[in-house]
Amino acid sequence: MANLGDIKRRIKSVKNTQQITKAMKMVAAAKLKRAQDEITEARPYAEKMAELTNSLASKTSKESHPLLSGIGGPKVGVILVTSDRGLCGGFNTVLLRTAENFLVEEEVTDPSMYLVGKRGAEYFKRRSANIVGNRVAGSGRPQYATAVEIATDMISRFLKEELDEVHLVYSQFQSALTQIPKVQRLLPLAPEEEPEKGDIKGGETEGPTEILYEPSSEDVLASLLPKYVEVQIFRALLESSASEHGARMTAMDSASKNAKEMIGALTLQYNRIRQAAITTELMEIISGAESLKG
Amino acid sequence: MAENFLFEIVTPYRKLVSKEVEEVTAPGELGEFGVLAGHTQYLTLLKAGTLSYKSGSETGTIVVGRGYAEVSHDKTVVLVDNADYVSEIDVSAAQEELTKAETALAAMEPDDINYQRTLDTKELAEARLAAKG
Repeated sequence: MANLGDIKRRIKSVKNTQQITKAMKMVAAAKLKRAQDEITEARPYAEKMAELTNSLASKTSKESHPLLSGIGGPKVGVILVTSDRGLCGGFNTVLLRTAENFLVEEEVTDPSMYLVGKRGAEYFKRRSANIVGNRVAGSGRPQYATAVEIATDMISRFLKEELDEVHLVYSQFQSALTQIPKVQRLLPLAPEEEPEKGDIKGGETEGPTEILYEPSSEDVLASLLPKYVEVQIFRALLESSASEHGARMTAMDSASKNAKEMIGALTLQYNRIRQAAITTELMEIISGAESLKG
Repeated sequence: MAENFLFEIVTPYRKLVSKEVEEVTAPGELGEFGVLAGHTQYLTLLKAGTLSYKSGSETGTIVVGRGYAEVSHDKTVVLVDNADYVSEIDVSAAQEELTKAETALAAMEPDDINYQRTLDTKELAEARLAAKG
């Protein structure tokens, strides 16, 4: 049986751990709040951008811009957004597995990986994958400039025909409890097509008036498309960041709960042993006194 | 009283403006243009410059970077990377950015992948300084 000192030490160490997990949970909760706000702030821009791109791209032919044309091919690029730090439950594991599954399903043999976040980088470095880009997710809010850099890099590879397709793997934030891993095709761009709905809507609201483009619809489209890619990447960075904090908060919450349970169990054990020791001592004293009497 | 329409400026970070205005003047790629209520549908590129709006007796001046303006019957939406009220601009930071961009540009070939972006940064910094006067 473990002695009293050992158990006391264990209780103390579990208490320390609990304090840390509690603090981490609180920090994650605060960061989550901020990350959620950022998503809400960024949403109007992303939505408007998607709306503009879709309406323009559906009016022009696929061949009008290199980012729209192409039917894919064997040279696949993947942008994977993970976190820098662990202790966030299954967050990174799930993302890595999603990426792996995607590569297996699409039968991609030598993907070019662009990795955001140290966790993903470590994983693919060990597997000696072809890493074309690697950056840390960084602390604080994801910067739009980061998304621009990633987008510029991937677009130039796509235009140079080093890549036939580019996919984006990230975690979509739903709530602190649920994060959904997502695989999205980024290039070639495939605007969501709703021809009939668009026509009816267009007929009603726009009437016979044509939209005026300045300088020209081709120029506007040419400048919109890369921007659209940037915005998609930026959104993925934001979503992943919020998901990470959500996952960490949940993980730390359950860790704190487990620590509490463990402390309870250990304290009970500690008290039992202490009681047993006292009883033994009393018995010894009583039996000693009895023998003296006799 | 003139007719009003909804005017919005959105950037990747925030929705800067969303209000009913009478008039908007914005720096288009092919020159400055003004928008009043009932303007024809119009989509244009914006270059870095100063954008202003008027709503009753209130006027606002905002420095914007490159982006787009979408004008429809009852609504004008401006999508830009950067937008700041003139009062929010930090002159020394803008000056610093301008110097940095100019140095970077001098060392770059025009076909460099970052050339256009650096040029945009430079123009934005210039627009900011110009607005501060």
